Amino acid sequence: MTDKASGATPPRGFYGPEGGGGGLLSWVFSTDHKRVGLLYLYSLLSFFAIGAILGLTMRAELLMPGQQLVSPRVYNSLFTLHGVIMIFLFIVPGIPAIMGNFMLPLQIGAEDVAFPRLNLASWWVYMVGAFLAVTSLFSGGGAPDTGWTFYAPYSIRTNSNVSLAVLAAFILGFSSVLTGINFITTIHRMRAKGMGFFRMPLFVWSLYATSWIQVIATPVVGITLVLVVLERLLGIGFFDPAAGGDPILYQHLFWIYSHPAVYIMILPAMGVISEILPTFSRRTIFGYKAIAMSSMAIAGVGYLVWGHHMFTTGMSDTSRVVFSLMTFLVAIPTGIKIFNWVATLYRGSISLESPMLYAMAFIFLFSIGGLTGLVNGALSTDIHVHDTYFVVGHFHYVMFGGTGIALFAALHYWLPKISGRMVNEKKAKRAFWLVVIGFNLLYFPMLVLGIMGMPRRYHDYLPIFQTPHVISTIGSWVIATGLVLMFWNLWSSARRGALAGNNPWGGTTLEWQTTSPPPTLNFDAPVTVTAGPYERGEGRTA
Amino acid sequence: MQGVSSYSGIVDGAFWYILGISAVLLVGITIVMIWFAFRYSVKRNPNPAQIHGSVALETLWTVIPTLLVLSMFWYGWTGFKRMRDVPQEAMLVKVTARMWSWSFEYPDGRRSQELVVPVGRPVRLELLSKDVLHSFFVPAFRLKEDAVPGRTNHAWFQADKAGSYDLLCAEYCGDQHSKMLGTVRVLPDADYATWQANPPAMVTGPELLAAKGCTTCHSQDGSRMVGPSFKGLMGRKEMVVQTDGESEVTVDEAYLRRSILEPKAQVVKGFDPVMPEQRDLLSDEELDEIIKVLQGL
Repeated sequence: MTDKASGATPPRGFYGPEGGGGGLLSWVFSTDHKRVGLLYLYSLLSFFAIGAILGLTMRAELLMPGQQLVSPRVYNSLFTLHGVIMIFLFIVPGIPAIMGNFMLPLQIGAEDVAFPRLNLASWWVYMVGAFLAVTSLFSGGGAPDTGWTFYAPYSIRTNSNVSLAVLAAFILGFSSVLTGINFITTIHRMRAKGMGFFRMPLFVWSLYATSWIQVIATPVVGITLVLVVLERLLGIGFFDPAAGGDPILYQHLFWIYSHPAVYIMILPAMGVISEILPTFSRRTIFGYKAIAMSSMAIAGVGYLVWGHHMFTTGMSDTSRVVFSLMTFLVAIPTGIKIFNWVATLYRGSISLESPMLYAMAFIFLFSIGGLTGLVNGALSTDIHVHDTYFVVGHFHYVMFGGTGIALFAALHYWLPKISGRMVNEKKAKRAFWLVVIGFNLLYFPMLVLGIMGMPRRYHDYLPIFQTPHVISTIGSWVIATGLVLMFWNLWSSARRGALAGNNPWGGTTLEWQTTSPPPTLNFDAPVTVTAGPYERGEGRTA
Repeated sequence: MQGVSSYSGIVDGAFWYILGISAVLLVGITIVMIWFAFRYSVKRNPNPAQIHGSVALETLWTVIPTLLVLSMFWYGWTGFKRMRDVPQEAMLVKVTARMWSWSFEYPDGRRSQELVVPVGRPVRLELLSKDVLHSFFVPAFRLKEDAVPGRTNHAWFQADKAGSYDLLCAEYCGDQHSKMLGTVRVLPDADYATWQANPPAMVTGPELLAAKGCTTCHSQDGSRMVGPSFKGLMGRKEMVVQTDGESEVTVDEAYLRRSILEPKAQVVKGFDPVMPEQRDLLSDEELDEIIKVLQGL
């Protein structure tokens, strides 16, 4: 694979005049799921860049004890915005909005999603929410400083611009619900002839489980955020004890959504990994049904564990014990997935191109994230690490080491399908190592800091905590360099890489049977499925 | 960091148990994954085997992890029970958290800014908050419990080694959250008896401002912090916000006294109404002394 193209150009597919051509309006008003997916790609990555810069600023401030760059108030706004932007604008919509939109119809042999106009509307709703979130930084009493959790009663009392930020999160929730409804309907109604539920690719299964969480859990946080706004504007005492409210109630309502939301973030990432491993091992996946059903199990049990965010709040001791038990149970289906993934490599025929490297890095980093979660699930140990850097480290291993790395894997894996051109492998691998090494330098010290007793959301810290903070900040510079190289390589490969052809990786799922990039209606002829998604050489027909 | 409370041993045991199993699993998964990628590379194994799964293996790696996580749950629960079962003879200390300092009240009515306890005796804590959420965290004791406004949470500990230990606020509480630090002083019995028998003379002068946490938010050099500066306070004219609108006041002794006891009644324009009421936190002598000090700045 070389980036010196032979001068030939790929087919224009949905980028061509038939798909609406190249004008801005043809994109922002397109109902083609592939164009909507790319709209999300560019919007989400822009916010990822902003969130990352906020994170780098925080790391720079924390290089030494005392004040370096920013005042405590600004620092508090930095971690609030970093959290709000990364969670609500990047990682919750994340893989479903980008890759789900682009790949779901292709993987089930459909022309588009069930409700194409609703799909476009979801993106517009997302953009309105994003616009309000950005506006909240520069208007009213200043950028919100509550943390992304908006805990009452601080969020009720602070003069910073919490109401607008909360309204933005409320609106973003609608985008999430609408996408979920769309995907569920698409999966039920639009599968190609012959594709029963157990012939669906595992990425589709993961989107299916995710969509149900989006539809069922998101309204709870929507209502909660409305209550915060009502309390702030009208003084109705829901959460502030000074007005007769209960701050613990807020936490329950918040986490009833926000814990299942972490499965909204991680399940599609697991789906991506379940696609990449069989392709680069050139064999079928190990334990298809176990992986598919474990997604559904996680989506189910995931509703019943939110209380582990509240082990120190004074919630009754009995509730703490029950939530601890449920939390450990949700670890089991996750473990099952990891074991099946590793078994998929057994007696495969493995090549280590960049998507496969990212997939293996996912298994390593996500395992650290999952295993450190056990410390948070056990009652006595959680009491010590609760609200410390251990939680920050654990969360970033799961969300960035998991979902973030899986998104990078997906970008490298599907770039040939999206753009018709191959990724420059040499540059991709160089960036990969910087990302993975920088990642561990950045986040592993946080686990150590947490066990030492360093609380999170601290603008300043005691001198005993300095060494891990220095290593972490240096790591932030390494991973930032890697990310710049990675995105630059993806961008230039998409424009000037070698031609990909229909199926450069030898994948078995349906998206590889059409041209790269696909035509506007995806397939030239109706698709019929005769075998499971990862079967090889058994007379699969298109 | 070494644990020094009566239950820190069982908590650390759970840490080692969970982290140990996790390390074995992580290293195992990673080594097997890398070994497969090497052993079954496209060069060494050009003809892949199409294996669909194994019921025996699925059962095995469902049952064993289930047993492992249940044992972890059990270990965590056992330690937690120790942390929640307060011994009957425990001495009661009321902990009041506010933005951004801690204060403690003992059974004999004595108050202090640092928590002073005897070594080897159980101490029951009643946690209260004057304003927003805080969390009482002493890493060396493996102890953390939130202070929630509107309710009384409890916790207990028994420190088995004399010394000074850091107390940190672990629940985000606004601007000076990272400065909401304190100390737990664990004294040998004899020293504790001496401490108990000799209430210290009241701190006087500008040190009292620091001891009561005033200087966390108010500067003495005219610079703007969370609240207005103390410099040149007496006689200054300020616009204040009150429930029925805004008005101009001239700072005098009466205004100061009211602003300390009921800070939200009249808030200087441009500042957030975040100062907690000091009514139960200052003695009359301390209030008089603070006002005397402020008049001199």
